[in-house]
Amino acid sequence: MVDWTDAERSAILGLWGKLSADEIGPQAFARCLIVFPWTQRYFSSFGNLSTPAAIMGNPNVAKHGRTVMHGLDKAIQNLDDIKNTYAALSVKHSEKLHVDPDNFRVLAECITVCVAAKLGPAVFNADTQEAFQKFLSVVVSALGRQYH
Amino acid sequence: MLSKEEKELIAQIWEKMIPIASEIGSESLHRMMTTFPGTKTYFSHLDIRPRSRQMLSHGKKIVLAIAECSKDISSMMVTLAPLQTLHAYKLKIDPYNLKYLSHCLIVTLAAHMGSDFDPVAHAAMDKFLSAFAAVLAEKYR
Repeated sequence: MVDWTDAERSAILGLWGKLSADEIGPQAFARCLIVFPWTQRYFSSFGNLSTPAAIMGNPNVAKHGRTVMHGLDKAIQNLDDIKNTYAALSVKHSEKLHVDPDNFRVLAECITVCVAAKLGPAVFNADTQEAFQKFLSVVVSALGRQYH
Repeated sequence: MLSKEEKELIAQIWEKMIPIASEIGSESLHRMMTTFPGTKTYFSHLDIRPRSRQMLSHGKKIVLAIAECSKDISSMMVTLAPLQTLHAYKLKIDPYNLKYLSHCLIVTLAAHMGSDFDPVAHAAMDKFLSAFAAVLAEKYR
């Protein structure tokens, strides 16, 4: 069980209300493929990923970005049980998709940067960043938990 | 590896940060100490309240050092030699924390630059700060 302070809970929910998964998802995922190019290893079927422009314009990238970002909706709705919420998804990423769990941390970093760029320093201040990064680290941990 | 264009981009970005070095530096430090509370252990001798005189001054020092390096990235080993010695023999900051500060510098840049901090700039900056941190920690052992 994660201990959320009232301030953290309200910061996370407040932040989520200001974001569009359909907007941030594609940006964050594209950023991940560009800034950390080794993450492209899982997406050879996605078509042209040869340049930043190609990645940012790739419809498969955008679609997958939306899928992944909407996956966070479940965690937002279940802040007190993120571990179990993602148990099946964790098994899938380990057994079926064979994704190195460090990639969850890397994508979380890209999501944070996109959110910061979108909201600016007054809204995405240090306390909001702390709460959001704590939330993302719980998600990252839950997704890696069923690996063995 | 940084391309010629990436080096120019990095130098341009830090050039713009020089006039607001204390803002950017102190904000990054505050973000770091809030998100990664273990980093506060290195500042027990300073007033770490946001935008305190000491945080503004300390933040400015850090940003100016990075900006200076960004002007001639190929000479980083030479430019950073005194700071390498300081960090290894005097400060002894666990080098893992350099990652935390780099991350918070990037978040601060993104927050202030918005869509100008696009994925190409982010990639270049991440590479530069990783290299900077690695060089800074070189004399540790």
